[in-house]
Amino acid sequence: MAVEIMKEKYRSQVREVVLGATKDEGGTRSTTIKVGGESTLPFLHFEGAVPNRPVVAMEVWDVFPEEWPQNLKDAFGDVLNDPAAWAKKCVDEFGADLIALRFKGADPDVNDASAEDCIAVLKNVLEAVGVPLIVYGCGKLEKDNAIIGPIGEAAEGENLLLGVAEQENYKSVASAAMAYKHSVIAQSPIDINIAKQLNILISEMSTPLLDRIVIDPTIAALGYGIEYSYSIMERARFGALNGDRMLGMPMIGNVGHEVWSKKETFIPVDEEPGWGDQAERSLAWESVTAMALLQAGMNILVMRHPQAVKLIKQNIDELMQDNSY
Amino acid sequence: MGLSGLEIFKQLPKTNCKECGYPTCLAFAMALANGKASLDACPDVTEEAKEALSSASAPPIKMVKVGTGDRVIEMGDETEIFRHDKRFNHPTAVTVEVKDTDDLEARLAVINDLIFERVGQEYTVDMIALVNASGDAGKFKAAAETVKEKTEKNVVLVSEDAGAMEVALDVLADRKPLVYAANKDNFEKMTELAKSKECPLVVKGDDLNSLAELVDKIVALGYKELVLDPGSRETSKVLADLTQIRRLAVRKKFRTFGYQTIAFTSKDDPQEDLMQAGVYLSKYASIVVLKTDKKEHLLPLFSWRANLFTDPQKPAQVQPGLHPIGDADENSPVYCTTNFSLSFYLVEGEVSSTRIPSYILSVDTKGTSVLTAYADNRYTAESIAAAIKSTGLEDKVKNKNIVIPGLVAVLKGALEDESGWDVTVGPREASGITKFAKEKFA
Ligand code: SF4
Repeated sequence: MAVEIMKEKYRSQVREVVLGATKDEGGTRSTTIKVGGESTLPFLHFEGAVPNRPVVAMEVWDVFPEEWPQNLKDAFGDVLNDPAAWAKKCVDEFGADLIALRFKGADPDVNDASAEDCIAVLKNVLEAVGVPLIVYGCGKLEKDNAIIGPIGEAAEGENLLLGVAEQENYKSVASAAMAYKHSVIAQSPIDINIAKQLNILISEMSTPLLDRIVIDPTIAALGYGIEYSYSIMERARFGALNGDRMLGMPMIGNVGHEVWSKKETFIPVDEEPGWGDQAERSLAWESVTAMALLQAGMNILVMRHPQAVKLIKQNIDELMQDNSY
Repeated sequence: MGLSGLEIFKQLPKTNCKECGYPTCLAFAMALANGKASLDACPDVTEEAKEALSSASAPPIKMVKVGTGDRVIEMGDETEIFRHDKRFNHPTAVTVEVKDTDDLEARLAVINDLIFERVGQEYTVDMIALVNASGDAGKFKAAAETVKEKTEKNVVLVSEDAGAMEVALDVLADRKPLVYAANKDNFEKMTELAKSKECPLVVKGDDLNSLAELVDKIVALGYKELVLDPGSRETSKVLADLTQIRRLAVRKKFRTFGYQTIAFTSKDDPQEDLMQAGVYLSKYASIVVLKTDKKEHLLPLFSWRANLFTDPQKPAQVQPGLHPIGDADENSPVYCTTNFSLSFYLVEGEVSSTRIPSYILSVDTKGTSVLTAYADNRYTAESIAAAIKSTGLEDKVKNKNIVIPGLVAVLKGALEDESGWDVTVGPREASGITKFAKEKFA
């Protein structure tokens, strides 16, 4: 007896968003990246198209990442003081699909780096690598609002993915994206209605931006509430496939940022003998967090440890293999 | 194929007597059709109707048990595709593979010792899968004897050679192991073995079609304690097959696939092994068999399982009370938060990053966040003061100073009056704790 394979027919698909711009398109990137576009749930090739594979961005900071655990720092050798060399190593050696540049040093409590300082770093990194860039501020709203405009202007036409627009604070990022041809990360606090509302607000500023939004649903690390993110993402994706235009954007998750502050990544084995080797455990914590989010529909994973990146890229390779009946 | 609510309704007594707990026979029929009720709840249903309805009233995925007594593991009995619709019922059984060619005593000692504790929960490996890698029936039997003697864990016996299975099963039958596997060549003998020892049996196909054929043949032989293996081993194919089996069972009530599933990883590298196991655990395998027995690999897998199988409708709670972080002592700072797990874990993560031994006092707010609990009068000067008393905090620390979240700074005065403690207003967000602690306590 032949089994009747069950294929869902969805009404819609996820929007396709292009990151980066080549010379012809007004930027300087050697390649661009497409994300989204799928017309089924994660990796169900048997019933729909998954035209673009999920991608991995590796994090690069403008300052030395003092707070990272030693085994994470060791994985990079001596490049952590030089953002351009760091970015290059991520792309050339570790296979990063794109670079997520985080301006930690702009934090008034760190170096209070100015917009000009940030722009200098950005230019070096743009020069060092040909892949598209994601740009994050320092996380302090006031400062980020002050630097995002100049940064956007300095990289006009590059189609950076600019972070982050939030419900109460989206205008400066959206304006910079609008004026200088970049894309936007729209971040909502594990809340599907706010995610929609924010996309509506941004599109009211500029309708064409709708095709340049990536949703950050806010993800939690494995063991720290990841199931909330998982279910919000599954619901958002289901909504997108069923025709909700304001949820139909690709999704991004700040995996490394969430994972590497958790104690599972730094507590040594002699303090928690039941948890096993710290170096191996810490990167497994990152790779398994990323694995789970992929199963809920994540399109862009922002990560840190080269070995975790390697593992998740292999997982993506395997999951992208056709499974049609 | 399942029956519709109306078809079921026709068979019911139509007296609307409410004995079943539903207001009308029709409502009960609808619940049956959705697999959310059991026909036993209606005392007046006739025998003929029972017969006719048994297929519609059974759960879409049959529950199958491995093991006996305290150690029994229940699997299957799932009703959902997405966890946000309703809780997944039975956490995936994490199973570690051992071979009859391994130094079994040593390996079993390691596996027996795997006990993980994280956030107040304890996990152990659920089962071992003993593989007849030698291909030799005598070796397999000897290995089964070692297993019987050296571990109390539940067992999956893995051999497609019915002769080898018979001798090993003789050794372990009263532990009710899972028999792996009946294939198209050996299914008659394997079914007979499993049936005679009353042990659950895995049916292994070469693809979904051959699996369905084989299941029907085995059911026709009168055995239904089954577990399904579609035979695929590539990550993407396994994901598709497990998804199809779950969908067909739940959405289409396709009885042939109304059983739980087992998935085997195919990687030699332990990190890759873990990733593959994670995919199968996420998408519907009731049993995942993997190779690594290292704590650092299994802890993340158990943590993901704990997260995935929580009840999505319940606000997740942690145990209220006093939680020491590091080697907290009488001079350690005390942070106060709620027992909403997201708030608690955020604070816990940040406090442990300060590397200053501390206490976290989690007040019972019925799993609601700081602001919600404050609004509901669950996070108040009184409830915090009561928690200070009931946890014996007064005897544990000398400084009598407690840090409250910046979001409820207004509680400072009232809490000082109520508790007699000094109250420090902490940062509004957990992410501010590191800096705050550096200034205050370092
Ligand atoms: S118990 Fe039976 S007869 Fe009574 S209302 Fe329920 S279904 Fe109808």
